[in-house]
Amino acid sequence: MKALHNFIESKLKPPFDEGGKLHKYWPVYDGLYTFLFVPGHTAHSGAHIRDGIDLKRTMNTVIMALVPTLLFGMWNVGYQHYGALGIDATFFEQFLFGAIKVLPMVVVSYGVGLGIEFLFCVIKGHSIEEGFLVTGMLIPLIMPVDLPLWMLALSTAFAVVIGKEVFGGTGMNIFNPALLARAFAFFAYPSFMSGDSVWINTSVKEGQAVVDGFSGATALGDLATTGATNYSPLEMFLGTIPGSVGETSVLLILLGAGLLIFTGIGSWKIMLSAVVGGTVMGLIFNTFAPYALSPEQQAFMAVPFWQQLMLGGFAFGVVYMATDPVSGSQTDTGKWIYGFLIGFLAIMIRVFNPAYPEGVMLAILFMNTMAPLIDHYVIQANIKKRKKRAELKTAGA
Amino acid sequence: MAEVLEKEVVEEKVEKKASEPLFSKKNRKLISDPFNDNNPITVQVLGICSALAITVKLYPAIVMAISVMFVVAAGNVIISIMRNLIPNRIRIIVQLVVVAALVVLVDQVLKAFVYDISKELSVFVGLIITNCIIMGRLEAFALGNTPWKSFLDGLGNAFGYGVILIIVAFFRELFGSGELLGMRIIPDSWYIANGGFYSNNGFMLLPPMALITVGIIIWVQRSRNTKLIEE
Repeated sequence: MKALHNFIESKLKPPFDEGGKLHKYWPVYDGLYTFLFVPGHTAHSGAHIRDGIDLKRTMNTVIMALVPTLLFGMWNVGYQHYGALGIDATFFEQFLFGAIKVLPMVVVSYGVGLGIEFLFCVIKGHSIEEGFLVTGMLIPLIMPVDLPLWMLALSTAFAVVIGKEVFGGTGMNIFNPALLARAFAFFAYPSFMSGDSVWINTSVKEGQAVVDGFSGATALGDLATTGATNYSPLEMFLGTIPGSVGETSVLLILLGAGLLIFTGIGSWKIMLSAVVGGTVMGLIFNTFAPYALSPEQQAFMAVPFWQQLMLGGFAFGVVYMATDPVSGSQTDTGKWIYGFLIGFLAIMIRVFNPAYPEGVMLAILFMNTMAPLIDHYVIQANIKKRKKRAELKTAGA
Repeated sequence: MAEVLEKEVVEEKVEKKASEPLFSKKNRKLISDPFNDNNPITVQVLGICSALAITVKLYPAIVMAISVMFVVAAGNVIISIMRNLIPNRIRIIVQLVVVAALVVLVDQVLKAFVYDISKELSVFVGLIITNCIIMGRLEAFALGNTPWKSFLDGLGNAFGYGVILIIVAFFRELFGSGELLGMRIIPDSWYIANGGFYSNNGFMLLPPMALITVGIIIWVQRSRNTKLIEE
């Protein structure tokens, strides 16, 4: 480590220093350097207690929480593929197939996103922010495996430029960038983002064929269109169902949620209140199912609320996207309201509008817009309360 | 806003002088200003609704631009001729009557000669009446200037509006449908259905993308023309 540090300090750094030939690209150097070592700058005034945690470590923790879902997603892609073709494949074959499909998505997402981010940093002359590390991992996880890579690249570029850079970069974005990428792809290329044929890779080689009676619909898609699905609740929980790459396994998402809550990086208040919100809406639907307009909708409304929570991207969205500290609510009371409404609206959109079964995405993006408003009212209420208390005190004295 | 407008009116009145060449520097500026420094859409942010609604395809956008150009220029001239006769209190009503008459004229012409486009533009032809650019130019300029100047001003602003409309429609039709003016630009063989890799961007056909496109135009314009950037 020491040798590497010395090498960087003496050989690599000088051209990037003030007056050096490559000073313009200082942000690039700085960004890569701080990946390896703790930045050397210290605070200049006042007393500071410095914690070891910084943006990079926060991001790394979230990525660690995402790794299980990524690995599972790779395996699941292979599992679904061989299942659709009716081929018995070993665990290793399944994983390898999935890895070959999923890794390019990760590479493209990171390549495009970081490329744009570096470009903007060099143009604007500020140091690189690490905000994209998580986004770049989230984007492939919430896309269907068959999405063409150039669409993925375009969605990523849109999310980074329109979702983040125009607002001033990391920490200034109104919307969760990863979800924005998905929303862009969803509205721009609906035939690649929804329906029955995109969730499972069914590319066949010589002599292979898709099994008879194969349906590529997700459990959620089945329920939204016909009100019934062949997948059991246990499969939904374990995640051996078709869906976006990383969203299927509730079990592993809970594992990630545990890590996020344990390290204090994800807000348990938002996660819990979103689950409560989803439960409340689910219970309302269960109660009112007999009054539904169509038999399909009735069947969908009658789906037990705890199954609704395991379907589609609900768990993934609530754990990894709703808790985004930038676009979510900042106040404690606000977090309860924000989370609750995400869960509530997600289930509502999903059931009432079968054209958008992915209600979670829309619910979170909508609540992202509302988060500052919620915070505003929470703060105003607090000011009012304290003012009243102060007035009472002075009146009493 | 109203104060600013009135001030402008007063100033312009004072400036009125005897003979001036038809295309003096000041008059040329009336036409060129709305293209960049004072563009109705990207700087004044007026007329956004129609910019979002009718820019899915290039052809309707061009027709719309021409219609607005006629209404603004003619309206400006008429109001300018009548400017000393209009009682101040009812000037808005008078302006509305003039604009409405012109819009009905445009609507009838479109229905007679380009019926398909007229159907596509639907209510938006009628809604030219409410296009803020028109009322804005009548109020801010025509009421206090000679007919020739008002004509140039109307033309300039309509051009500025039309240019943005056409740029937005160009990108929306190109990426949303792969066509320009109904002609195929992106080759058929590129499409996934035909064994290629390409697919049209459906988001481009939705109004939000028009807003984002206008936003990007504003972004590009401001980074080139830095005096537009507010503090």
